[in-house]
Amino acid sequence: MARYFWLIPLLPGASAFVLLLLGQKLSRRWVSWQACLSVFLSFALSVIGFVHLIRAGHGAGELAKTLLPWIASGSFSSAISFVFDELAAVMALVVTGVGLLIHVYSIGYMAADRNTSRYFAFLNLFTFFMLVLVLASDIVLMFVGWEGVGLCSYLLIGFWFERPAASKAGMKAFVVNRIGDAAFIIGVLFLLVTVGSSSFAAINAAPAAGLLRPGLVTLVAILLFVGATGKSAQIPLYVWLPDAMEGPTPVSALIHAATMVTAGVYMVCRLDGLFSASPAASSVVAWVGGLTAVFAATIALVQNDIKRILAYSTISQIGYMFLGCGVGAYAAGMFHLVTHAFFKSLLFLAAGSVIHALGGEQDMRRMGGLKKALPTTFPVFLVGALAIAGVPFLSGFFSKDAILTSAFAGGHYVLYALGLSGAVLTALYMFRLIYMTFYGQTRATHPAGTAPHVHESPPVMTVPLVVLAVFSALAGFAGLPVLLGEKANWIGGFLEAVLEPAAHHLALSTEVGLILAATAAALAGIAMAFVFYRKRPDLPERTARSFPGIYRLLVGKYYVDEAYDAVVVRPLVRGAETVYARFDLGVIDGALDGSAAAAASAGKGLNVLQSGLVRDYALAFLLGAILFLGVLLL
Amino acid sequence: MAWAVFVILSVLCIGSVLAMIVSRNQAHNALFLVLAFSCLGGLFGLLDAPFAAAAQVLVYAGAIMVLFLFAIMMFNLREPAPREKRRLRTLLAAILGLVLFAELAVAGWRAVAPGSASPAAPDGLAGLGRLLFTEYLYAFEITSLLILAALVGALALAGKKEGA
Amino acid sequence: MIPPAAFLLVAAVLFSLGVLAFFVKKDLLTQFMAVEVMLNAANLALLAMAKASGLAAGQVIVLFVITVAAAEAVIGLAIIVLIFRQRRTIRTDELKDLRG
Repeated sequence: MARYFWLIPLLPGASAFVLLLLGQKLSRRWVSWQACLSVFLSFALSVIGFVHLIRAGHGAGELAKTLLPWIASGSFSSAISFVFDELAAVMALVVTGVGLLIHVYSIGYMAADRNTSRYFAFLNLFTFFMLVLVLASDIVLMFVGWEGVGLCSYLLIGFWFERPAASKAGMKAFVVNRIGDAAFIIGVLFLLVTVGSSSFAAINAAPAAGLLRPGLVTLVAILLFVGATGKSAQIPLYVWLPDAMEGPTPVSALIHAATMVTAGVYMVCRLDGLFSASPAASSVVAWVGGLTAVFAATIALVQNDIKRILAYSTISQIGYMFLGCGVGAYAAGMFHLVTHAFFKSLLFLAAGSVIHALGGEQDMRRMGGLKKALPTTFPVFLVGALAIAGVPFLSGFFSKDAILTSAFAGGHYVLYALGLSGAVLTALYMFRLIYMTFYGQTRATHPAGTAPHVHESPPVMTVPLVVLAVFSALAGFAGLPVLLGEKANWIGGFLEAVLEPAAHHLALSTEVGLILAATAAALAGIAMAFVFYRKRPDLPERTARSFPGIYRLLVGKYYVDEAYDAVVVRPLVRGAETVYARFDLGVIDGALDGSAAAAASAGKGLNVLQSGLVRDYALAFLLGAILFLGVLLL
Repeated sequence: MAWAVFVILSVLCIGSVLAMIVSRNQAHNALFLVLAFSCLGGLFGLLDAPFAAAAQVLVYAGAIMVLFLFAIMMFNLREPAPREKRRLRTLLAAILGLVLFAELAVAGWRAVAPGSASPAAPDGLAGLGRLLFTEYLYAFEITSLLILAALVGALALAGKKEGA
Repeated sequence: MIPPAAFLLVAAVLFSLGVLAFFVKKDLLTQFMAVEVMLNAANLALLAMAKASGLAAGQVIVLFVITVAAAEAVIGLAIIVLIFRQRRTIRTDELKDLRG
């Protein structure tokens, strides 16, 4: 049965196709069922494949299937072929599993919307492309999926396109991604020219086989990583993710938390051979990841929109994943990807539940006191927050610890420090969110009589939340620290069939020390949040007033958007307008209008011949006859 | 002897046509043409085509020009307006006419280049009749239909209206 | 024996004069007369060639030309009459309905 793994992408794809064509004519019920069922079947197949891999043992069970020949040009050829190995299995499970829960949640969340068929069509389409991305056996096919998810992201961010903010956000996401993709394509082209093949196996073996000089390896790796910064929202191309919150919350959960934004991490892990061969490139990856982790966390500290906080939090957490990959701990990075998928999508969906309950309110300053009113949402939210903060025994604790330990073990002490401070900030902003949203008195302000009835969400929304909460809590046990025994890190061992193992030799005492440090960081953050937002609510205000410069910088998100706008966007727009006026209107339209005008004036000029006088026409006859005779005589 | 007749007739013919061009009175024009056509009839005769000559005088000079005269009478026009300033057009026409003449002359010269033998004389009237009713019978009959059509057409076009 | 070339020369002269007449004259009727002149010039040329080549076909054709010219003159004049009835003028300068 595992032989049919190649159906995993195709089932949602077929569903998307049907929904796009016929969605309008199908009933809402049918649409929901079909969309969820296709993802469920994909999930089932993924599980079957996963079990097959476990049974086959370390690296022996890899499945491959070529569907169609695709490109055959000169000496280069690429076919549409999928591969199911341990890395792909993990990603596929995350995409289909979390995706399934989000599809179900969407049934409730989008119940009041008129365009559910379009929504589910796009959601299915996204799932299709994402699965193509993770199951592709070569980089070109992966890029097809890469672009496809970018497209779906655009479509879904701008789902409520009548809202100008949503349309603009979708455009911004697409354009920023495109910049990254340009670098990615150049990297791919270098690879095609030097390695001659686009398959991952060939690319990973190329540096060792001498097909790529060290300088070129670094260049290509960095180019590909730039593409990843676009797709995975790292410095410098992260600016689209906060704006992407204009889309429906389930979209934010699926695409901008669990799956699409992690595609960059997956890509780096897939090409671990390439990145490992270039210490410089890995360095870049790790540092960008680490800096982004802290950078985004500081911004999240002062945001007031509940979804924006989670967006910056995502950017920050993905930074951790790249940090892990950059120091060679690819499996740790993947582990964090998995746990993050659980708790981040949980947090987003729970936030969606809060927003839904409050009738659309997203500003935390108008929330508060929701603990009692949302008896299911609050506990799961809390679980998610504890997980992301890295509180011991929940999933985030183990995955974050794996990354930080690897960083320390590799001698990257500054990166370790960055990671640790990021952990403090993470706990801080997360619990700020919790306290401001759920505790205290309600600060909601409504004109008399219009307060919406605050109610808990229906089961179709709360059940996925609970499932995710369970995983957020327990998934950590798949990757216990090695100090508990070689076999404790099950997921690490599983992935090592595909990924380079991390160099990991630390004394027991050091490891314990690191674990304690991580725990202390988490608890410190929570404690600070408690003080600032529960015990003495006046403190945030006073702190902000004491450091006005820093505060404004953070609230203004370091003015990065404004900087990009001034330096890049405006000149480009002005340039485009100039080109439009000069070339499009002037040259092209001018040529067209000019030739039309020329034809018209030629016509008018020739009009002289049409005098209506017989004599003139006879003259023409005569002329013709003379010429004709002349030709005959010559 | 034949040369003298030829020259006289040719000069007369060309002269009348020139006179026709110069004269501005339409009736005069028509009469000059009558003269010209008659001379042409003579020239036809010089070319051993007696029947054609007779037909020319009878039909052309006799019938067609008379028709023209009738038409002129019907129009009853006064003198045409004085010649306008269309010198350019006249000049152009003259030049083109000269060119045309040159070309025709050259063509004619080449057609009867000296050396092409002058073959046997044509069969004469009987031969003509025979040709008409054998080889050219079809054209002959159709021509008669054509005349009928012209007659009916003219009546239909310009005949009196009912009760007019 | 008069060489056919002489007749051809006369025919050429007559034809050119007919063309000139067509362009110089300003009323429809006289222009029509010029056309008749041209036709006759053609007839002369035909007969000259008939004599030169010995083929009697030339004479036959001339007969037909004369006949058809007659028919054509009839119709042409009828049309001119109609034009005159409509416009009260046969000056070609004033008949410019085909002006583009």
